[in-house]
Amino acid sequence: MTLTADVLVVGGGIQGCSAALQIAQRGFSVILLEKNGVGRHASGVNAGGVRRLLRDPAEIPLSVASMEMWLRIEDLVGADCGFKVSGQVAVAETEAEFATLRARAEMVASLGYAHEELIGRDELYRVVPALAPHCVGGLIARGDGFASPYHTTMAFGAAARRAGVRVFEEVRATGFARRAGVWHVDSSAGKVEAKFLVNTGGAWGATVAAMLGEPVPLEAIAPMMMVTAPVPPFVEPVVIGVGRKLSFKQAPNGSVLIGGGHRGVPDLAGETSSVDFRKLVISAQTVATLFPVMRDAQIVRTWSGIESRMPDDIPVLGPSSTEEGAFHAFGFSAHGFQMGPVTGAILAELVADGGSNFPLAPFRITRFRENASVAASGQ
Amino acid sequence: MTGAYDAVVIGAGPAGLAAATLLAERQARVVLVDEQPAPGGQIYRAVEGMTARQPELFEALGPDYAHGDELVTLFRTFGAEYRSQSTVWQISPADGSDAAHEVWLSRGGRSELLQARNVVVATGAMERPVPVPGWTLPGAMTAGAVQVMLKSAGVVPEGMVLAGSGPLLYLLAGQCLALGARITAVLDTTARANEQAALRHLPAALRGAGFGYLVKGLALKLRLRRAGVPIFRRVTDIALQGTSEVTDISFRSRGRPMWLSADLVALHEGVIPAQQITRSIGCVHDWDAVQHCFRACTDAWGNSSVDGVLVAGDGAGIGGARAAEHAGRIAAAEVLRRLGVADAAGRDALAAADLRGRAAHLAIRPFLDRLYAPPAAILRPADAVMVCRCEEVTAGAIRGVVQQGCLGPNQAKSFLRAGMGPCQGRMCGPVVSELIAEARGVGVEEVGYYRIRPPLKPITVGELAALDVSGA
Ligand SMILES: Cc1cc2nc3c(=O)[nH]c(=O)nc-3n(C[C@H](O)[C@H](O)[C@H](O)COP(=O)(O)OP(=O)(O)OC[C@H]3O[C@@H](n4cnc5c(N)ncnc54)[C@H](O)[C@@H]3O)c2cc1C
Ligand SMILES: Cc1cc2nc3c(=O)[nH]c(=O)nc-3n(C[C@H](O)[C@H](O)[C@H](O)COP(=O)(O)OP(=O)(O)OC[C@H]3O[C@@H](n4cnc5c(N)ncnc54)[C@H](O)[C@@H]3O)c2cc1C
Repeated sequence: MTLTADVLVVGGGIQGCSAALQIAQRGFSVILLEKNGVGRHASGVNAGGVRRLLRDPAEIPLSVASMEMWLRIEDLVGADCGFKVSGQVAVAETEAEFATLRARAEMVASLGYAHEELIGRDELYRVVPALAPHCVGGLIARGDGFASPYHTTMAFGAAARRAGVRVFEEVRATGFARRAGVWHVDSSAGKVEAKFLVNTGGAWGATVAAMLGEPVPLEAIAPMMMVTAPVPPFVEPVVIGVGRKLSFKQAPNGSVLIGGGHRGVPDLAGETSSVDFRKLVISAQTVATLFPVMRDAQIVRTWSGIESRMPDDIPVLGPSSTEEGAFHAFGFSAHGFQMGPVTGAILAELVADGGSNFPLAPFRITRFRENASVAASGQ
Repeated sequence: MTGAYDAVVIGAGPAGLAAATLLAERQARVVLVDEQPAPGGQIYRAVEGMTARQPELFEALGPDYAHGDELVTLFRTFGAEYRSQSTVWQISPADGSDAAHEVWLSRGGRSELLQARNVVVATGAMERPVPVPGWTLPGAMTAGAVQVMLKSAGVVPEGMVLAGSGPLLYLLAGQCLALGARITAVLDTTARANEQAALRHLPAALRGAGFGYLVKGLALKLRLRRAGVPIFRRVTDIALQGTSEVTDISFRSRGRPMWLSADLVALHEGVIPAQQITRSIGCVHDWDAVQHCFRACTDAWGNSSVDGVLVAGDGAGIGGARAAEHAGRIAAAEVLRRLGVADAAGRDALAAADLRGRAAHLAIRPFLDRLYAPPAAILRPADAVMVCRCEEVTAGAIRGVVQQGCLGPNQAKSFLRAGMGPCQGRMCGPVVSELIAEARGVGVEEVGYYRIRPPLKPITVGELAALDVSGA
């Protein structure tokens, strides 16, 4: 049987649920298809970092707007999502790293933003007393924080449902054709017809894009996490490494979440991924060096999630280049959780208004082809 | 794969001991890894040297236990490498037929990585969780835990109440009596319907080794009666009472409400395969509707769905110690074939007696499995009962999230943190799957089980940081 709606959203991660919710709030009828379960992939298993700190300049306006939405997240989705403002701080272990942070702070200030603040050694040890004594300074975003990823994604999904979105889980979109201004989409449960198509397929987003005739060089990656048994509270902000891969935070229940970039092995076809303990050894070494108090903490669980990464580490976000009435939002390159609220707002603008107030040019899907032709012409 | 073991055998119970012994006998490069201080597994725990050390205890534990002594002696004779007190916390299956499996283990706070062409998982069973009201109070134990104290420390509790069903419950009662301990009562939860269902399988149970098992079981019950131990039958509605520890136990026997004063209650409702390890490797699991548990799927030789990973013993389905021992040798014969030491005909010849032996010891299972099928009340406890002890999640909370659209155990885990504690969901996993199945009105097999995240047992940050992976 064929179902119809104004808008079909493919993918039930945070981007898809946020988009479905905010598009429905504009008065459109929406169907969302999720091939597994809502929040099953990156959006439900990430580190929960809600961070503007150290974002690519192209992302800063979006990330800053998203943070405004995080501060009122309960108004948007009707749940607090475990969101807490704790601050996030990047730690320089050497003078050279500190110089990098200084240059970064100046660049951000020159763009007119004030959320990233360079701090010296004393202030660093005041905010993170448990840090090993060799660090020299840091860059802090005091208004950043963290949230509970699974609860957040489920809250977006539930709010979307309440706003009238029809959410179908364990249904995969398999084929796309646009005829007479209408999208005809095949799925594992039947056909859907819709005026607009939104691709929020995460690591599988490139598969959808390729079916629209616009292949992109997406790399599936599997960032890893470790979590410890609860230890007494010793660190308030989220701590990020500069020279080493680390993101480190203590959850409200006392357990410590360790992530930060070491990657496991993704299995796109199998819809799963596995951890690589050889690399977690490096993570553990980083933690043991930076936080000696953590040496005796018990690691109780490790996991990884499948995430999409673009070559320039910023997402594809905007209209399709080949088809009318289609929009993409994928490739968030391991930091898309914080962007969830604003991504939905942008997609709602694109669908409802035909354009966005945000500077989306850096995120255009054609950029990889342009670069390839530049490279081919010998530049 | 230079430097790789031909086989890493995990678990030194009857299955693992038998497998490692045969492999060593045939000159394979084998190591047996086990987290206990001495070989023997659950049934033969601490058996080595006990005749000399604690002859009375050895005597009291009976002839079945004594068999373990022979098994361990044989294992020592063939000199397989053996690592005691070593806990395997992760197995990374080989990513290609030329690669080796990686076995990560921890001993005395130091971790190490072994390479293995074949892995034989012989990690046995665990007791089925018995979530009755009050089961988390101090003073509530499992029969297995009481038995561990008995075997490894020679400690015999006085005045215990044993509650539940299954051969192990009566075995423990018998062992306590033989050591001169007083037992307050046995509360038997076996339902009449179970007896009726089992009866049909009695003729088959008389074949093979079954008759011997039946005689032993009857003799045990007789011994309890002779000793004057009160046995309450058709027991339901067990609840442990007490504020900071168990002080009383209330229940119904044949529908009649009763209570007893007790400060130690041993609960037991049978054993189920320990599935965490095979789940974490990614082996396919089947739902066994008769034994009412998940178990790793294996072929007759013990091959799991993951190439080069074999499962032997109770870990692949409950069959008891003697069946496990045969299964260990059968798996070892298959490993020898996989290594090219034996061809298929050679393997078949090597395993022929064990295949027959295993079948004989399994003959009684259909009868036992039905007789001791677990009561619904512990599979799907009442709302107020704690299900996940680590994160303090009740049965009602699990049912509640199902109403909110949570379809499986992994979502329940993400929602409620059930199964996220240090026990890694071992204790709540079976119950959570049952509860979700009940609330959704579907079978447990459809609901599935937790995805198991390594490490299987916690390790410290410092231990992981100190791990040398350069050579491996
Ligand atoms: C371990 C880890 C830690 C991270 N830490 C952070 C952090 O601290 N802060 C941060 O901001 N970000 C973090 N991230 C990144 C963040 O999680 C992602 O960028 C974000 O969740 C991406 O959201 P998404 O909705 O695009 O993707 P997903 O959550 O992957 O959702 C995409 C969904 O689309 C579905 N889908 C795809 N194709 C189809 C189809 N054809 N039909 C139906 N459904 C389909 C998929 O099943 C999937 O559920 C982390 C990621 C990981 C893995
Ligand atoms: C608590 C308990 C007590 C029992 N007592 C008896 C009894 O007295 N009599 C009887 O007939 N049956 C008993 N049983 C039933 C018993 O499980 C089987 O009859 C028999 O022991 C099964 O043998 P096996 O070789 O399959 O496993 P087991 O004998 O259970 O041996 C498994 C071994 O693997 C080890 N192991 C598990 N995980 C790891 C890991 N990650 N790393 C390293 N080592 C690991 C365990 O420590 C154990 O030594 C008991 C079962 C349980 C759970």
